[in-house]
Amino acid sequence: MTRYFSQDHEWIEVDGDVGTVGITDYAQGQLGDITFVDLPAEGASVGKGDAVSVVDSVKAASDVYTPVSGSIAAVNEALADQPELVNTDAETGGWLFRVTLSDTSELGALMDEAAYKTFVDSL
Amino acid sequence: MSEYPVSEDEDGAEDLAPLTLPLDAWHRERGGRMVEFAGYVMPVQYEGIMAEHLWTRENAGLFDVSHMGQLLVSGEGVEPALEGALPIDLSTLKLGAVRYSLLLDENGGILDDLMVARWPGGFYLVVNGATKWDDIGTLRETLPDDITLNHLDDRALLALQGPKAFAALERHIGGQYPLAGLTFMKGGQFTIGGVEAWISRSGYTGEDGFEISITAEDAATVADLLCGEPEVKPIGLGARDSLRLEAGLPLYGHDLSPETSAVDADLKFAINKRRRTDGGFPGAERVQADFANGTTRRRIGLLLDGRMAAREGAKVFAGDEQVGLVTSGGFSPSLQRPIAMAYVDVAHAQDGTPLSVEMRGKRLDARVAAMPFVPHRYHR
Repeated sequence: MTRYFSQDHEWIEVDGDVGTVGITDYAQGQLGDITFVDLPAEGASVGKGDAVSVVDSVKAASDVYTPVSGSIAAVNEALADQPELVNTDAETGGWLFRVTLSDTSELGALMDEAAYKTFVDSL
Repeated sequence: MSEYPVSEDEDGAEDLAPLTLPLDAWHRERGGRMVEFAGYVMPVQYEGIMAEHLWTRENAGLFDVSHMGQLLVSGEGVEPALEGALPIDLSTLKLGAVRYSLLLDENGGILDDLMVARWPGGFYLVVNGATKWDDIGTLRETLPDDITLNHLDDRALLALQGPKAFAALERHIGGQYPLAGLTFMKGGQFTIGGVEAWISRSGYTGEDGFEISITAEDAATVADLLCGEPEVKPIGLGARDSLRLEAGLPLYGHDLSPETSAVDADLKFAINKRRRTDGGFPGAERVQADFANGTTRRRIGLLLDGRMAAREGAKVFAGDEQVGLVTSGGFSPSLQRPIAMAYVDVAHAQDGTPLSVEMRGKRLDARVAAMPFVPHRYHR
């Protein structure tokens, strides 16, 4: 399994042709207390860069973009009752959705963990 | 991920380079996350909005509101002069008392909301930060030339809010009178750790609390003294917004604007019978007509089902008919559910009326709710 990162602060962990997507720990820290997560519909067809989910915090709502194209294979049902998982476990149990990739070559445009860390440090 | 902030930008100031406040370094030392608001760099949060909000409801929070405009209006005949500029009744405003008022344009549109206190040498006004320059211009135009309008821009303003605010502040109070002599919307001259301060028992959270005007020079000393108390933590703008929303208090630039009037904003209490009968202030005709005929819409509170927050600009529906717009909304930390303020047609403004709010293509069930959402706990 390999984990990639986007400049929009999403992470995607890919296992075969399925990727699990969440927002990074840096991103959750910027958003603050998350109160609601609006998740995409399972089966929906999505294109790289589409705003497919919204994370609501006390102060603002933020779009989450899918870093790859494909179809939504699953969503994290636990977030309905515990949206704060995105704060406490952003890069593990606070994942948002799984996407079946239609074009794995899109992963090439994403960063690895070291590159993302350098990117965040530059902000 | 992209963020669209909700209540951090106020109109009119974003083209200028942001200014810093006297406590800028103080906020940064305490981990304040600084953002631009009302033309100033200000702390939006320290440890987190939710924690800061709940801390204030249970203990006491210190807010730096030094961006707000502090004005002193004085001179021979200042009382009738100020009544000519604002719809306030000053004849019943005793020395040291504080009252809420509105700055209206000629059409009765709201240019700002403000606090007015009677000082021995005139009237002390606190106006919103983003509107203060326009307010000063409007007041100078309206007030006679022999009335003096001083912008007290060498002063800082702190608010200490919460059920433990009194206990924390009283330990440092000196002066002629005990702090316990102040009840809600009363103020006086005190010292805090030897520093001269005008203190009023007022605020913007719905809690008991105080607003403290001191020189900019003394601000860090006073902030350190208060935050040295176990009940007190510094609180950012984010929690200030969620606290005032729960308290049902409108925010200028969002819930109030030149497009809203005192009556449709549900602020009739700010214009008493003598002033609306006699008139003699900008916008009086509109105010009189609105009181006589009512308005077509009114500011109301909405309690929403679910957890998705309704935000400013969201459309409000009764069935399929659009009947209003949300002017501010968010997730209530105290109630653990979304709340909002909206302007809706008066036919749908009754408490309990079922409505829905459109957010990102979804309809959220809501009902009209009496404000405040969280009961006020003022010390009357």
